[in-house]
Amino acid sequence: MRENVRQRVNDFFDLVLGTIWQTIENFIFEVGSVFTFGAYSFKSFFRKPYRFKEFIQQMEFIGNKSIFIVVLTGTFTGMALSFQVYLGFRLVNATSLTGPIVAMGIARELGPVLTGLIVAARAGGAMAANIGSMRVTEQIDALQVMGVDPQEYLVAPRLWASVVSLPLLTGVFDFVAMIGSYFLCIKVLEMDEAIFWDKTALWLNPSHINEGLIKGAVFGAVFSMICTYRGYNTKGGARGVGDATNRGVVLSMVMIIILDFFLMNLIEIYYKLTA
Amino acid sequence: MGQVENAIEIVDLKKSFTEGDYVLNGINLEIPKGKITVIIGFSGTGKSVLLKHILGLLKPTSGQIKILGKDIAKMSETETVKMRKHFGVLFQYAALFDDRTILDNVRFPLDEHRKDLSKKQITDIAFEKLKQSGLDEKHYNKLPGEVSGGMRKRCGLARALALDPDILIYDEPTTGLDPILTEMVDNLILSTHNHKDDTASLVVSHDLHAAFRIGDYVAMLDSGKVLLYGTPKDFMESDNPLVSRFVSKGVRKK
Repeated sequence: MRENVRQRVNDFFDLVLGTIWQTIENFIFEVGSVFTFGAYSFKSFFRKPYRFKEFIQQMEFIGNKSIFIVVLTGTFTGMALSFQVYLGFRLVNATSLTGPIVAMGIARELGPVLTGLIVAARAGGAMAANIGSMRVTEQIDALQVMGVDPQEYLVAPRLWASVVSLPLLTGVFDFVAMIGSYFLCIKVLEMDEAIFWDKTALWLNPSHINEGLIKGAVFGAVFSMICTYRGYNTKGGARGVGDATNRGVVLSMVMIIILDFFLMNLIEIYYKLTA
Repeated sequence: MGQVENAIEIVDLKKSFTEGDYVLNGINLEIPKGKITVIIGFSGTGKSVLLKHILGLLKPTSGQIKILGKDIAKMSETETVKMRKHFGVLFQYAALFDDRTILDNVRFPLDEHRKDLSKKQITDIAFEKLKQSGLDEKHYNKLPGEVSGGMRKRCGLARALALDPDILIYDEPTTGLDPILTEMVDNLILSTHNHKDDTASLVVSHDLHAAFRIGDYVAMLDSGKVLLYGTPKDFMESDNPLVSRFVSKGVRKK
């Protein structure tokens, strides 16, 4: 009887540990595949024929067409964050620090992360769906048999356009968020304008802005690699395209948030080493 | 057959995706220049896998696939890409780029590979190929989604012809089409073939009636092997039970 129970407990733990190990193994394999796929595609951009036209088209789609939504979310995020920070600092009579704290928070964290999430949802989803539907309708096979490398033609311009667009959009987000913060603090909460700008200029370093821009570029690379990889490896019909889009966007968002933490530490270490 | 030069020569081709389980189990086949060869077979007999090997999209487990005398299995990726310029492929559902117009779809392979031509020359060639495929000029600036299935097939064929390929491949060209469109596509294959004498045409199909109508040679696949290779007459006279069954089904279907 006791042997039987022990056996069943062992079986249960085997099953649980086996499932956990399998999940980890799958995740590592997936990450490896995404990086191999991304590395080849990034490199292929510098091979002839150069795909500048496709790159500009993707810049227009990823960058230009995301500006409106980035401006909208940036402005309201700046105002909402300023109000929360103001309420907190009012308790300790330090409302004059609202400007710089909001500026640092936006430039170093919220700017790149929220821009990354917004663009991953908008452009990343479209990338996965577009490439995925090309896969299931044999358009990618058609490219291959016409002697065109699909990764060089379809994936590389999207990857580079994301890497270039994301820091620019992050800059736009930072700028409009500060305008939102200024509007709320000065025009609504009637704080002193000179103190607001003075303190902000004193506390906010160019390195804080750079940190956000670097993160933006990394997030651009990450979401575009994941979404194009998912689209490129779509299997099945319309359902497969839906799955690829869904999994691409969700994984991109999770990776952006996880990577943000590690990047923050890495950049901090780099600044300490080079100080 | 011995006198005819072959565009494609397949020698003892084997392909296994899982160990010991062969999808292609020793295929030997010759596709001659200037003739239409049709590959037929029941579903799941390895027709699509064989086609992917010929196009260099899959590597064989063993055996040779000689395209114009060169073994594609031993080529590097760059050499394979170069070799593919000798192919023109009409896909089952045409596989047109849906964000490009009909004309731009046909221009695409020329834009990619004929850097020596001006834009005007490329457009002229695209016009010529579309006319050859029987597509009316009023449709040239439409997107693939705005034209009928038959027109998409014609555009797909024009795109396949754009680079004047040595080998034309038709992948299930009549699947899902009504009898009138099926006949139209068959005639299109015949007229395209008659247009350029030395092109090797390879049609992968399960439509026996079409195979007999357009094919100079027919190869029937079964269990990853070539069950019978010969003229349509050889098929009609064959006493192989599986061939007879396939032929009788095809005739009854007609």
